Amino acid sequence: MERILEKLKTYKIWGVILILGFLVLYPWIFTDPHPRHIMIILLMYVVLGQAWNILGGYSGQISLGNHIFFALGAYTSTMLLLKVGMPPWIGVIPGAMLASIAAIFIGEICFDLRGHYFAIGTLGLAEITYIIFLNWNFVNRAFGFQIPILKNSTYYVQWANKEPYFYIILTMAVLVVAFVWKIDKSTLGVYLKAIKEDEERAKSLGIDSRRYKLLAFVISAVITSFTGTFYAQYILYIDPDSLLNLEFALPIIIIPMVGGMGTVLGPILGATLLIPLAEYARTTFGGGGRGVHILIYGLIIVLLALYEPKGLIEIVKRRFGKTFKLYGDGSSALFGENDKS
Amino acid sequence: MISFPLLLQSSISGLLMGGIYALVAVGLSLIFGLMNIVNFAHGDYLMLAMYATFWANYLLGWDPLVTLPFVLFIWFFAGAATYKVVIRRILDAPMVAQMFCTFGLGLFLRYGAYFFWSADVRKVNDNLLSGILDLGNIYITKAELVAFFGSFAATALLFLFIKKTKLGKAIQATSQNKEAAMEMGIRTDKVNAIGWGIGIMCVGLGGVLLATYYPVHVYSGWMFSLISYISVALGGFGSFWGVYLGGMMIGVIENVLGTVFIPTFKMVFVYTTFIFILIYRPKGLFGKF
Repeated sequence: MERILEKLKTYKIWGVILILGFLVLYPWIFTDPHPRHIMIILLMYVVLGQAWNILGGYSGQISLGNHIFFALGAYTSTMLLLKVGMPPWIGVIPGAMLASIAAIFIGEICFDLRGHYFAIGTLGLAEITYIIFLNWNFVNRAFGFQIPILKNSTYYVQWANKEPYFYIILTMAVLVVAFVWKIDKSTLGVYLKAIKEDEERAKSLGIDSRRYKLLAFVISAVITSFTGTFYAQYILYIDPDSLLNLEFALPIIIIPMVGGMGTVLGPILGATLLIPLAEYARTTFGGGGRGVHILIYGLIIVLLALYEPKGLIEIVKRRFGKTFKLYGDGSSALFGENDKS
Repeated sequence: MISFPLLLQSSISGLLMGGIYALVAVGLSLIFGLMNIVNFAHGDYLMLAMYATFWANYLLGWDPLVTLPFVLFIWFFAGAATYKVVIRRILDAPMVAQMFCTFGLGLFLRYGAYFFWSADVRKVNDNLLSGILDLGNIYITKAELVAFFGSFAATALLFLFIKKTKLGKAIQATSQNKEAAMEMGIRTDKVNAIGWGIGIMCVGLGGVLLATYYPVHVYSGWMFSLISYISVALGGFGSFWGVYLGGMMIGVIENVLGTVFIPTFKMVFVYTTFIFILIYRPKGLFGKF
């Protein structure tokens, strides 16, 4: 029996090593800029989806405002770079600090709200931020900022080719996935799952639900703001329309939903499926940028909500669940119940 | 400082716009009351009704008032069909799945419209309702006035329907207690489908009336979804005229504050109102629960 368990363990480890090895070698396998770009965006959304997952997936608080933190990270590091000459390596820190302050502020306002009230409350705050950024001279209104192009400069986080960006975002993705896996197994993870299942009951058991939701939100915000800085340095252009628009922020929410909310594998699965699909739809039907990929998102969400509300991870679990004991099944360890709805 | 006539003008414009918000919000609240599902695709049905009005006018030369009965008819069945095909399957699903489902439906409709008709802003040609009324210093378009009274009349009719007819009473019973209603022999499934039909019909009416003076645009749908949701939250779930008043108030707040401060910040005031209401009076101004 123990030997079989050992074997399963090595299976899993081999799987992880195989995927990681493929990712590390990816820039050598695909030398064209386009597949590299897709992979960078994919990994970025793994990070963003995973960050959203910490609050939205584990504790069930559907935040439609995570892109605020993304924009705060991007704007803070970029403005510090442009106005003071601070390298983004340091600029991420004030960005993350601002994002966590924003998270605490939003949390204080919205964490009394339940269900769709919370979702629309956070959305409202995000839209307010969007309108303010569009009209605020300090952040250069709707024009946004363009980061002047320098030749390869590690100091200013700019490179002419995509490899360094790829490895940076790969490192981030691996660290964040490992971190969320750790949360999944930790006390915090158990508390968050308990809050998701029944907040009043969790409270009655002595869990300070507000505090743990806030903690999860701040962690989520900090990770999201890091990604924002990365995005600004990668694209070298930021404006409210591309950072604070709900359409842009949609994948952050849809990816964990499609993959499976409250699971470690969910956002990875979701991003792996959706980002190439969106890219394919854009390049195939995209003449004039007619948003076909969002049309497809809509269709996928409706179909999933109808047939597989817990995400595609459920299909994987049904197929391979017995062979590979998959992590983070979303059930509450605290109540000892596996809800099968 | 802002002059008094301007303030009056903006309040009246806001009130007239609020009538449409109110009608749309009443439809949303009816659906929510029946099956506890927020329809985040609500405004997108309105957007489609506006497009229907535009295309009937542009291609066939129909006046919006001619299009109206057709839209009402089709939208009723579209609503019922949405219920039969999609919503019925998620009645007992977790709240998150319900939310994502209607949200995804909205995305699908919105970007379907975007795909076929692009993001161009369009306008219905001059029609029977074009023209401006001059009331001293205040100007109102005829279309706005008709839209306001039309939406009020529709809401009043709906109210009478719910209070007086047998079917309306079945709707009331189902929203109060579904299980008990079922035991009394009410076919709740049918009632739900009719509820969706009526809710979406309200939106269709709002869309046609709105299209007579308001630009037709793909994204207006999402804005109306949010505004009607916020109106319902402001008025209070479960209160028919409360929701209607909520919609009117949102219209006035948006217009007056937009005029007094900065017009581009209109929606900021709406969202701020929403957040304040949620914090200080979570059940809404006239809500029962």
